[in-house]
Amino acid sequence: MNKKKLWSLGVMLILVLSTILAACGADNKDTGSKDTPAGGDSADSGGAKTLVYGRGGDSVALDPAVVTDGESFTVTANIYETLVNFGEQDVTIHPGLAKSWEPSEDGLTYTFQLQEGVKFHDGTDFNAEAVVKNVERWKAGGDKHPYFSSQFVVGDKQIIDSVTAEGDYTVVFKLSQPQAPFLKNLAMSPFAIASPTAFEANEEGLSTDPIGTGPFKFVEWKRNESITIEKNPDYYIAGFPKLDKVIYRSIPDNSARLNDLNTGGIDVADGLSPSDKASIEANADLQLIERPSMNVGYLGLTVTRAPFDNVKVRQAVNHAIDKQALVDAFYEGLAEPAKNPMPPVISGYNDGITGYEYDPEKAKALLAEAGYDGKEIELWAMPVPRPYMPDGQKVAEAIQKNLADVGIPSKIVTFEWATYLEKAQNGEADAFLLGWTGDNGDADNFLYTLLDGDNIGSNNYTFYDNPKLHEVFVAAQTEIDEDKRNELYKQAQEMIFADAPWVPLAHSTPILAANTKVTNYIAHPTGSDRLDAVDIK
Amino acid sequence: MAGTADIRKEAAQNRAVGPWKEGWRSFKKSKISLAGAGIVIFFIVLAVFGPLIAPQGINEQDLTKRLLAPSSEHWFGTDDFGRDIFSRIIHGARISLWVGFFSVILSVVVGSLLGIIAGYYGKWIDTIISRVFDIMLAFPSILLAIAVVAVLGPSLQNALIAIAIINIPNFGRLIRSKVLSVKEEEYIVAAKAIGMRDIRILFSHILPNSMTPVIVQGTLAIATAIIEAAALGFLGLGAQAPAPEWGKMLADARIYLLNAPWTMIFPGLAIMLTVLGFNLMGDGLRDALDPKMKS
Amino acid sequence: MLHYMGRRLFQLIPVLLGMSFIVFMLIRAIPGNPAQVILGQQATKEAVEALNASLGLDKPWYTQYFSYLGGVLQGDLGVSLRTKLPVSEEIFPYLAATAELALFAIIIAVIVGVNAGIISAWFQNSWFDYLAMVIALIGVSVPVFWLGLMEQWAFSIKLGWFPTSGREDVRDPITAITHFYLLDTLIQGRFDQFIEVLKRLVLPGLALATIPMAIIARMTRSSMLEVMRSDYVRTARAKGQKMFIVVYKHALKNAIIPVLTVIGLQTGLLLGGAILTETIFSWPGIGRYIYEAIGFRDYPVIQSGILVIAFIFIMINLIVDLLYTVIDPRIKYK
Repeated sequence: MNKKKLWSLGVMLILVLSTILAACGADNKDTGSKDTPAGGDSADSGGAKTLVYGRGGDSVALDPAVVTDGESFTVTANIYETLVNFGEQDVTIHPGLAKSWEPSEDGLTYTFQLQEGVKFHDGTDFNAEAVVKNVERWKAGGDKHPYFSSQFVVGDKQIIDSVTAEGDYTVVFKLSQPQAPFLKNLAMSPFAIASPTAFEANEEGLSTDPIGTGPFKFVEWKRNESITIEKNPDYYIAGFPKLDKVIYRSIPDNSARLNDLNTGGIDVADGLSPSDKASIEANADLQLIERPSMNVGYLGLTVTRAPFDNVKVRQAVNHAIDKQALVDAFYEGLAEPAKNPMPPVISGYNDGITGYEYDPEKAKALLAEAGYDGKEIELWAMPVPRPYMPDGQKVAEAIQKNLADVGIPSKIVTFEWATYLEKAQNGEADAFLLGWTGDNGDADNFLYTLLDGDNIGSNNYTFYDNPKLHEVFVAAQTEIDEDKRNELYKQAQEMIFADAPWVPLAHSTPILAANTKVTNYIAHPTGSDRLDAVDIK
Repeated sequence: MAGTADIRKEAAQNRAVGPWKEGWRSFKKSKISLAGAGIVIFFIVLAVFGPLIAPQGINEQDLTKRLLAPSSEHWFGTDDFGRDIFSRIIHGARISLWVGFFSVILSVVVGSLLGIIAGYYGKWIDTIISRVFDIMLAFPSILLAIAVVAVLGPSLQNALIAIAIINIPNFGRLIRSKVLSVKEEEYIVAAKAIGMRDIRILFSHILPNSMTPVIVQGTLAIATAIIEAAALGFLGLGAQAPAPEWGKMLADARIYLLNAPWTMIFPGLAIMLTVLGFNLMGDGLRDALDPKMKS
Repeated sequence: MLHYMGRRLFQLIPVLLGMSFIVFMLIRAIPGNPAQVILGQQATKEAVEALNASLGLDKPWYTQYFSYLGGVLQGDLGVSLRTKLPVSEEIFPYLAATAELALFAIIIAVIVGVNAGIISAWFQNSWFDYLAMVIALIGVSVPVFWLGLMEQWAFSIKLGWFPTSGREDVRDPITAITHFYLLDTLIQGRFDQFIEVLKRLVLPGLALATIPMAIIARMTRSSMLEVMRSDYVRTARAKGQKMFIVVYKHALKNAIIPVLTVIGLQTGLLLGGAILTETIFSWPGIGRYIYEAIGFRDYPVIQSGILVIAFIFIMINLIVDLLYTVIDPRIKYK
């Protein structure tokens, strides 16, 4: 009796389940067509072109003057514009909101001629007065504008002494001291020009309601989900932008992002891991986009801690690590082994330096010479992926093995990211993995920022302090003759090479992937891509 | 005096050992519990003799053999360092069981202590301890564990501590209620009357009487602790490379889900099977030792 | 009854106070300070100190704690250090995202779990009973994050049945009203979007539902077994009532109370415990929100976020207690 009932119940259950599954199957067919690229376009009637850009994190705020994170600049670079622009794929200087500019002989005065007929998204006219108001806002903001403080303030001294409007479309910057990378600094995303009407009415408002002159206008922001921007129909360059809408979606998880690209949920995926290269190339619907390298990943050796207070031990570690093998295994060849603390694309790079070749025997000899006692060191592994270090944990594992081969025992340690940076900054690490992506493509932004005594406690994590090197840096900062300046940086790299505070590991080529229907996508080395020329087939 | 001690001992035996024997008999009868115990023993053997059983060591990298699919040579395939996944899973048993056992022991010890104090002394001290338990139970436990690890720094040991902390109130409450119910029983009242000291009463009477539910709850808690450790490992907050912790192995394999799914499947199965073993055993123990206690 | 509720609500106060204090102290014990995180690697020491001062983080902890507490009592949950937005404003969409997912999961868990439990008890020791209980045991043993990944692998990558991640199709964005997207799409009559949202709920919902489902099934079964042995069930059967009615009407009503407790507890747990699922499926939920806030040392977000989750958790349990009286009028609270 019971048994019979159970059977009939079981049959019923199966029936119900199969109906549900069948319904799912039917649904699936519907979406199947909807998710294909062609279907996606036709769904937006009128042939509107929407690009969905998948990235690792949400923006912090959309006012470029107050933020420091790359994910904010990724978006603001398309809403706002700067006076001068970087080149398509390099850091040469090109006209932006300024048509032309003229520096004075002594490098203390810059005169900019502005584009005419440009309007902010709120209808305000873009003119000399708007530029003056923006610069004055930055200057008055103090630590509210971190990038302005780091690029244009030295100690308490403002590098930009004054800005004045001469007529409607001429602006004159007067500097208190010559600054070699002045134009490169101005081309950085944080120094984009915002609508003065907007920030004079409500300064905080720009963070959530950005108003610039750029090719796209802000539409909507769903926190941690998506930011939507749409075509600015009044953009001053005719014919641009090509797209009607761009949606930035945050998908923190690397693999989830790639999955979404594969299944058509997004059109472009940023910040992929080199290990994804193979699966991107295997998929005929996807294209691999390489971002020109402007970074360095390194192993820092804290020079104030034993055994790395001995230059011979540091040199030995340099000989012990097989950089080529690291590059092959964890960067999938999307990197070149590094020998200097800055990448070759930056002017002033010293190619004459040969670097420390991989030679475990030499390393052992140097260690013996240094009288290294075989004490175990802590090897710090980055907990988060960064373009210059796609997988800190795995790189650390490989380095651990390299070190063990020459007789340096090590223990891998990691901390949560903010803790990691703070502890390393306090000099608590023996050897640590870290890296740097250039802000403005200037040698100073690598060498001085990362290795000068001035920056101990901020970006000089190794506590390396060489007074002679400092003199070279200071001379280079105010030298406006390009050739002389490059010579100074070449000299600096030689000194750093000899002292070996780092093991420079690699200059990586970060990758993006896009659906093949996306055309003209050009990735910029700074990481903020302008999408005005991007189109969808 | 010797006489009373003997009587007490005998009484204790009747109370404590009797049910144990009986429990073992009924535990043996249940096939499911035996299966659970079998799985647990299997993994304990792996944990103890792992290095002898595993074909390879923990960290034998061979970059020419990256991400190979399962084969007769590498039963579970290889990972992105060319390491044998089968071997790493065997080595990993030790880590998971270690975290499971010791985090539970830690929470049992601390929880019992607090529970006894609260239950035996009552009054304001009970109020305070019980409130703290309430607070901890209302906490989203994984977030609490994450915060604790963030304070202490990510490592296996700190993950163990974090897991122990989040389980303290469970055992604390259990012991407290047990103490409350035992406290009023005749033989305790009698012991007090003959002038036995609090500490002795606690250790010779109350504690042994509270052991059964703790063992049952403890076995089930090991299961949860293993999952929690894997979750923390997965978030990068537990064991560090190159330790073959199963959760960490899953995290490392994430990016290969598309191309090398075996790197994800086997560590996950290992976690599931171990946890299943402890759950089955815990269920069996509960039915055998404490038929009244069903949750 | 009202008196009981009043007392329960009153007891809530020390718990929430104590919790706010513990969270406050705990997160300040985490090394790394918010100003450093906000300013990033580029920042100078002076800039970090200046920002700390302007965020009020240089004041003694008790000043900070009491000013935070004072704010919370007036309904002000603080301002996110990172985004500069009020937490009370920012938190709702995240909360709604998780709540929608958790409710979806718990509904699946209840429907499947309760029925499986009933049938198992009804046909005790049958093949169905064994199968269901073995599945339930496996269900409580599987790591949810692994299950989620396996689902993704099978159902979205291999079979392509469901989208891999996210709450909505960003190409066809949903206008948020309540932030519960199933509701929002229905209000707007967008049934196509409703189906889309539903499909995106399936995989994470199933992963999250596994454990509650298994626990509910086991609880229902054991509770039902007890009730079915009772006299009045036997009487009802002796009277010739249909077994189906006896089981689903009489027995279930009496067996449901412990099941209800479990359901309440599990719903509460899902709210804060969905972090891993949210990470895997890129779900913009409250768990991930707080987890990321820990990374950014965004103190007000962590403090208020945990407080809100705990408050909801306690309230759900209170509601469950009150439901008992509705189901079983014999239970009275004083």
